[in-house]
Amino acid sequence: MIDWQPLWLSLRLALLTTAILLLLGIPLAWWLATRRRTWKAIAEAIVSLPMVLPPSVLGFYLLLAFSPSAGLGRLLDHWLNIRLVFTFPGLVVASVIYSLPFMVNPLLAGFRNLPPDLHEASRTLGKSDWTTLIYILLPNLRAALITGAVLSFAHTIGEFGVVMMIGGSIPGVTRVASVAIYDEVQSTHYPEANHYALTLLALSFSILLLVYFINHRHNRSPL
Amino acid sequence: MTLQLKVTKTLHTASGIQLLDVNFQLEKGSLLALYGPSGAGKTTILRILAGLTDTDSGYISVDNEVWLDTGHFTPSGPGARPTRLPTQSRSIGFVFQDFALFPHMTVRQQLEFALPKKADRQFIDELLEMMELQELQHRKPALLSGGQQQRTALARAIARRPALLLLDEPLSAVDDEMRFKLQDFIGKAHRFYGLTTILVSHYLPEIFRLSDEVIVLENGKIQKQGPATQVFLEEKISSKFRTTGEIVDIEPADIVYIISILSGNSIVKVIATVTERTGLHVGQKVMIASKAFNPIILPMG
Repeated sequence: MIDWQPLWLSLRLALLTTAILLLLGIPLAWWLATRRRTWKAIAEAIVSLPMVLPPSVLGFYLLLAFSPSAGLGRLLDHWLNIRLVFTFPGLVVASVIYSLPFMVNPLLAGFRNLPPDLHEASRTLGKSDWTTLIYILLPNLRAALITGAVLSFAHTIGEFGVVMMIGGSIPGVTRVASVAIYDEVQSTHYPEANHYALTLLALSFSILLLVYFINHRHNRSPL
Repeated sequence: MTLQLKVTKTLHTASGIQLLDVNFQLEKGSLLALYGPSGAGKTTILRILAGLTDTDSGYISVDNEVWLDTGHFTPSGPGARPTRLPTQSRSIGFVFQDFALFPHMTVRQQLEFALPKKADRQFIDELLEMMELQELQHRKPALLSGGQQQRTALARAIARRPALLLLDEPLSAVDDEMRFKLQDFIGKAHRFYGLTTILVSHYLPEIFRLSDEVIVLENGKIQKQGPATQVFLEEKISSKFRTTGEIVDIEPADIVYIISILSGNSIVKVIATVTERTGLHVGQKVMIASKAFNPIILPMG
């Protein structure tokens, strides 16, 4: 009997992470796209760091930071009664950090490719920056938004090292599909491992297929 | 006096650093043309008025509302802070050189977006009708011709009934026939709504047709200022008829020349003697003035 719980947990984690990243990534990418040089280089480097860092390094430092015995983790534990180590919320926070560049970079490229006078035209019509962002800029960033959301989702589904470090493998809490595969192989349950692996493979492939399909269609049709 | 402007700004142009230093006033409801070579600072003046470009020092007021006051030109009291109204708070309509239409919105949606919250929607229908856009109101910009895009941009800029309408070479992207028609639309909109308008243009017939006043800008400074006829004509001619055009053909006929001039949509043929013909060439912008008999042709600009 196959246990669907790890796959369900992966899905929940990825959806939640993507939703948070959309809310976080849009203003962040916009800020980066409109800022002057000095701060931008530093901010961009920080945002992109998770792309080059081994997940275990990121996981290790998050583990230290969230540990309830010191620093940030202690403050959270003491004042808000939030514990981020070996919990699902902890996985969400870690995933948001880990997948941040996959949301921010496509959006940043999208903002930079927009003609600058779209924003200026909206300002000359008396519209605030918020109105401009929601009614003018975002509708013209559809392709970037879809790419960012899908890549963040897929990347979160596929993460292993960070989850392992910060969440461990608690069934129903932090044991996501990628971790379950590892566990099953450790216990030489190859058919079960294959079950999870095949599902992830199919899922990842369909997601990428969808992205390319949307992008191709988007490029062909006039706006 | 509706508009007062006095600004300085260091410009970094292709030919090096130059100082933009202009000072002019404009009557309410009049149309001012800014004329001059590219890089003279025409567009920069529009952008400064719109608050899209910063100045080194400046003072701008429109209808007694101060839009910009860096304190350099006014005796600001002690501790007075410079005023710089953001673009959003200035009552302007801006037609960009490439129109800057929103790609995802239909013609009608662009106008609706431009309309202030409590404004009446009837005005949109009125504008669509005036600009002859009713048939196209549900099309997106990608499916419009250059002239149609231009009219949409103009209608969008007027939709909020701005105190100041700024047109940045709006007719440079369309062909001559369309240009002539679009001048009508600009003139119509200007007169009908009494908008104080500033038009950047380096097309003389357009300036003669539309403007009440011209400023000739060169290297960031005002060279000449006044009505078009006064600014572009060396000497005043007493004449009964005058119009402007462009020489399209010079043809010898016996001992005289027949000169064909495109004026507006029509071609005027004028006879010129050998002496009169010297100094004229095809493509030249000229003024045609008529005294008692045959019209005489004078170079302009």
